[in-house]
Amino acid sequence: MGVEGIGASVVRKEDRRFITGKGRYVDDIKLVGMTHAHFIRSPHAHAKIKSVDTSAAKDMPGVIGVLTGQQIVDDKIGNLICGWAITSKDGTGMKMGAWPAMAPETVRFVGQAVAVVIAETKNQARDAAEAVVVNYEELPAVPDIRAAIKPGAPQLHPEAPGNVIYDWVIGDEGATDAAFKSAANVVSLDITNNRLVPNAMEPRAAIAEYNEPEEHFTLYTTSQNPHVARLVLSAFYNIAQEHKLRVVAPDVGGGFGSKIFIYPEEMVALWASKKVGRPVKWTGDRTEAFLTDAHGRDHLTKAEMAFDKDNKVTGLRVKTYANLGGYMSLFSSSVPTYLYATLLSGQYNIPNIFAEVISVYTNTVPVDAYRGAGRPEASFVVERLMETAARQLKVDPAELRRKNFITQFPHQTPVIMAYDIGDFGASLDAAMKAIDYAGFAARKAKAKSEGKLRGIGVSCYIEACGIAPSKAVGSLGAGVGLWESAEVRVNPVGTIEILTGSHSHGQGHETTFCQLIADRLGVPISQVSIVHGDTDKVQFGMGTYGSRSAAVGLTAILKAMEKVEAKAKKIAAHQLEASENDIVIENGEFKVAGTDKSLALPMVALAAYTAHNLPDGMEPGLKEGAFYDPTNFTFPAGAYICEMEVDAATGKSSFVNFVAADDFGRLINPMIVEGQVHGGLAQGIGQALLEGVVYDASGQLLTASFMDYTMPRADDLPSFKLSHTTTLCPGNPLGVKGCGEAGAIGASAAVINAITDAIGNNKLEMPATPDRVWHAIHG
Amino acid sequence: MSIVKLTVNGKAVSADVEDRTLLVHLLRDHLNLTGTHVGCDTSQCGACVVHIDGRAVKSCTVLAGQAAGSSVTTIEGIAKGDELHPMQAAFRDNHGLQCGYCTPGMIMSAIDIVHRHSGNLDEATVRHELEGNICRCTGYHNIVKAVLDAAGRMKVAQAAE
Repeated sequence: MGVEGIGASVVRKEDRRFITGKGRYVDDIKLVGMTHAHFIRSPHAHAKIKSVDTSAAKDMPGVIGVLTGQQIVDDKIGNLICGWAITSKDGTGMKMGAWPAMAPETVRFVGQAVAVVIAETKNQARDAAEAVVVNYEELPAVPDIRAAIKPGAPQLHPEAPGNVIYDWVIGDEGATDAAFKSAANVVSLDITNNRLVPNAMEPRAAIAEYNEPEEHFTLYTTSQNPHVARLVLSAFYNIAQEHKLRVVAPDVGGGFGSKIFIYPEEMVALWASKKVGRPVKWTGDRTEAFLTDAHGRDHLTKAEMAFDKDNKVTGLRVKTYANLGGYMSLFSSSVPTYLYATLLSGQYNIPNIFAEVISVYTNTVPVDAYRGAGRPEASFVVERLMETAARQLKVDPAELRRKNFITQFPHQTPVIMAYDIGDFGASLDAAMKAIDYAGFAARKAKAKSEGKLRGIGVSCYIEACGIAPSKAVGSLGAGVGLWESAEVRVNPVGTIEILTGSHSHGQGHETTFCQLIADRLGVPISQVSIVHGDTDKVQFGMGTYGSRSAAVGLTAILKAMEKVEAKAKKIAAHQLEASENDIVIENGEFKVAGTDKSLALPMVALAAYTAHNLPDGMEPGLKEGAFYDPTNFTFPAGAYICEMEVDAATGKSSFVNFVAADDFGRLINPMIVEGQVHGGLAQGIGQALLEGVVYDASGQLLTASFMDYTMPRADDLPSFKLSHTTTLCPGNPLGVKGCGEAGAIGASAAVINAITDAIGNNKLEMPATPDRVWHAIHG
Repeated sequence: MSIVKLTVNGKAVSADVEDRTLLVHLLRDHLNLTGTHVGCDTSQCGACVVHIDGRAVKSCTVLAGQAAGSSVTTIEGIAKGDELHPMQAAFRDNHGLQCGYCTPGMIMSAIDIVHRHSGNLDEATVRHELEGNICRCTGYHNIVKAVLDAAGRMKVAQAAE
């Protein structure tokens, strides 16, 4: 490792613009002639639209146009799609209802767009929106899963009888039932996985510009995957052909999954920019984020685990209801199925698993991938069951886990996933050592003597990242391939531009991706630029989510680099009159091994572009591209242990210690990796202690601002103690696994296991607020 | 509409704005100082923190007119040319930012925290003082480290002056 190569904690290149206020986010952009959009949104969870009267609004100052859902239908703009087909156990396809970008007839959640005002200023658009009169006929609403599946429940979509989108199964039901029949012990739990709002700090925004003579659109948008946005907008929404639409995602202020999806507001901005003949800007406010950004989680689960007389797990049976909201968001169907149930084996050797997942419509905001996407829910089920089993079987929870760990790799689970490598015992050992697990009993006793309740909770998570082998996901219903592309351009003066389909919205790609180049060529990272987030610059890409950008995106760059190096070596060998096989690359120079002959990279690059003296038949230039399709998922795993103290008088829980031992394979930049873990842990802890969406019985969102929805703040969290164990991923040449979601996947169970241990009552739902904990203690 | 005159980052400026205009929108929309961000509508997140006459204030809680005659410093105004403010440098060196959206507000709040405590800070105090600034990326771990680091750097810088 050089000072800037792989494994170095290089300070981030992108930071200077952010710390000086020179970041460029969508809302920072102004175009000449730009107008402003404000949406009229449904105040009802479920209603028929009787009429929309825009006449008064059209006469308001500065108003350029008022557009309605009926007009978007009349213009044949396509409905929003869900891009992953799930088949029910009876062989039928998923039951998807229509989702127009603005509702023409029926609204199905509070906040759904009905009409939009376009005006000269933001305030004028807002004022005019107040003058749009929408006449609704309220319908009975279905605010949650239990209401959705009740016999005779109000129906949301005619396509989905009983509000059921699909009833999907995985695993061997007969063998699993048999394992439970012959079990020595069975542990069961009812689990609510609370609904969350991603809340990236930058609200979503879009600016659309239409060039009439060219019939060309440009869209600036807060996206994690601009190419996917362009593909979907052109292929399904009938807004523009792909070559007539440029999508730019500049600096993006966090995503956590919520900015993967293509939302109605981007569609409307594009469509409206053509209608009014001016650029249209929409910037969401925070309440709109709560009302329209795809929410996360929201499962009701019954889970059972069977053990033999030696405390080995023999079976796992899970039935989950998943709430997908009022409409099916872009990847919503895959989250509670292939991203959830395929991880139910956890770190354990479980011979028999059967899971059934029933996804339902409710009159709530659509639900889709949020940091971890299905894997936090799976990890929570498995790790709560393990902890509960240890208490029921009266064995140490860490040792029960260790007894059941998978130790031989590769390991085929009964639920599709083939784990390639891992050392679960090593990460558990590291975490136990870091928290002084052996000394806990004494600490608990001391706390007790001081009137405090002390608890410890273990969580051993595994996840599937590096999403994903295209053939595999295609066979499971995905509408896209999940490879990544890259292009390496060496300029005539020897500086380098890396074009990548990955997109950074906080992950630090502008630094880590350069570190690979520094490692390969020995050039300083200041000589390398990362180009991303613009469909006019980068040919194609699948974007950043699912902890895929190192394992898939960076590997694509490596593949392109290998081609560049091969050609550069040929040029150097020709110029130096040496054999290509004797050329080695060191410190930015192409050297003839064993001699003092060398050619610096700029000279090789210049030779490639002047083309005065190239090997016979060689094309000029030094630029190569690659598409990389992974062969397997990657499997980051680790052990989190949390020690908490509970004040029985108030129900308030406080952290004593939180330790994390993760195995992410090779680390490109340990500083950035640890930052990712910190952020993930905060979101997992937020779910466990603070965050939770509340709808009332009529479908009104009661938690629609930071006043009502508890975001983790600095004094809610501890400093974390991190460590790493390493097994190199055999599935990609860099040996990397991915680190972006681990914290959010593993943390919640550790916290709830610790609190329930402290209070001696296993029945505790998330978020474990002081009120809930107090009631769990005092009944 | 009213003409508002104030000093921003040491320069006298004036803008003709609607009476309901908030200071944050005066800065962003009229003066093109887009480093100050809007992250919520309820004065909870702190992405819009600036200094008014040396004190950290959420610029979404202040009407532009209320800031008339005052001296406002934004994130764009704290470095001395190419030389970063010690708080900016500490955020970079401690990886105290990821997406960068909350960062300007965090830095402006943090400078005020160090000033108010005369640089004498511990972890618990920093965490308590940061409760008006929300970050979704970092889990605050490295932000807290950065503020403590900067408190030391600012003391050294002050001693040198």
